[in-house]
Amino acid sequence: MGTDSEPKVVAFCCNWCSYAGADAAGTARMKINPHFRIIRTMCSSRIDPELILEAFSKGAWGVLILGCHPGDCHYKNGNYKALRRVALLKRTLAQFGIEPERLRLDWVSANEGGRFAQLVNETIETVQKLGPLNLHQEVT
Amino acid sequence: MSKPKVAFYWCASCGGCEEAVIDLNEDLLTVADAVDIVFWPVALDFKKKDVEAMEDGSIAVSFINGAIRTSEQEEMVHLLRRKSGLVVAFGSCAHLGGIPGLANFHNKAEIFERVYKTVPTVTNPEGIYPQTETKVPEGTLTLPEFYDTVKTLDQTIDVDYYLPGCAPPPDLIMGAVQAILAGELPERGTVLAPDKALCDTCPLAEYKPEKLSMSQIKRPHEVLHDPKQCFLAEGIICLGPATRSGCGERCINAGMPCRGCFGPTREVKDLGAKALSSIASLIGIEEEEEMTEEELEKALDNIVDPAGLFFMYSLPSSVLRRRRIK
Ligand code: SF4
Ligand code: SF4
Ligand code: FES
Repeated sequence: MGTDSEPKVVAFCCNWCSYAGADAAGTARMKINPHFRIIRTMCSSRIDPELILEAFSKGAWGVLILGCHPGDCHYKNGNYKALRRVALLKRTLAQFGIEPERLRLDWVSANEGGRFAQLVNETIETVQKLGPLNLHQEVT
Repeated sequence: MSKPKVAFYWCASCGGCEEAVIDLNEDLLTVADAVDIVFWPVALDFKKKDVEAMEDGSIAVSFINGAIRTSEQEEMVHLLRRKSGLVVAFGSCAHLGGIPGLANFHNKAEIFERVYKTVPTVTNPEGIYPQTETKVPEGTLTLPEFYDTVKTLDQTIDVDYYLPGCAPPPDLIMGAVQAILAGELPERGTVLAPDKALCDTCPLAEYKPEKLSMSQIKRPHEVLHDPKQCFLAEGIICLGPATRSGCGERCINAGMPCRGCFGPTREVKDLGAKALSSIASLIGIEEEEEMTEEELEKALDNIVDPAGLFFMYSLPSSVLRRRRIK
């Protein structure tokens, strides 16, 4: 994912609401900090903690998971599961010396382009202050 | 025809894997008949120089247990790799890092300070720590380098097969030995155990309710376990859903939940993350729509050490490998 001098945020967006929200932000030509990559998944519950750790280990400074608002998940309750997984993973990350703020879960509906832009901008700003993770540097 | 040569070696381990070899009982005699044991520090008096004198590739198979955390272990496994046709990572510590791998939540300085200074049974006001070289009138004494990070065997040398478990059970050991002697080995890199989750073979699985929900997480000592109930249904975290089967459900049968010593199944990369995922999704699933953030956080407070629990045996082999070095 390029050099480690610039922030990198992986934004996982569910297909049904938040990806459409990202699209809305693009169509409306909103100003968004460019240091992020979107990965589209069917549901926020598809984002297994394994994938989040993988993103961090491959150089992401932050991970943003966006799903449908509570009650709106296309698969009924996938977002509730995502919420609990992220809450437990944040505690675990802290024990690994990874600031929990680097992981954020939030909800964006299909018409909330502005909200999408704001969440991405905020997350990039947060990780910019924290700096790169520098995992797996050669250890002795 | 000369018998195939076999070596056993230990690195950062507790000695339980050596015990597991002895536990083969009469079968050990069969093995000892069929092979020529050329190196086994715990039982036989061969030295490093004897191994060095062997021809490269002349040992048919080396069974190496333990994780790698010192320069000496590193050197010895490189030597054994060179001398051996096959290397089998024997037991959880060689396979995944195991219990010694939990040291990856710390570093050398913290471990030395604890072990040689602040532990209640030690008095060391001057803070004297082991050194790799110490000059004495008679000459220089040396000790191996102690690394900050514990590694698995396959993070150090190429490994051909894995025998999982803390320690590997006799039937899997014998199965592996027989397969090697018969030359009937599966694809290189295989874990020599069934590729199923422990829940698929667990005797308690039949008591698992169809709709599992963990309303409150409890620790094993807080519950009188019903031997006819799945641990998860009792609110006790069990890593069975994410762990490979093959151990004979040893902990389960002894009334304890699984802690993941067999590592993940083939499809799973990170046992800890997978187990965390499945447990988190079960917490309060019944009333998930009403659960407030405070209620969720309160429920999670009952998991006192999530990283230590979910990565108990697999930290060095996990995606993150260790606590971040800042
Ligand atoms: S969760 Fe544990 S006790 Fe329940 S079926 Fe799986 S291995 Fe057995
Ligand atoms: S139940 Fe789990 S921790 Fe216990 S021996 Fe089997 S795999 Fe290992
Ligand atoms: S489909 Fe959007 S969160 Fe499940």
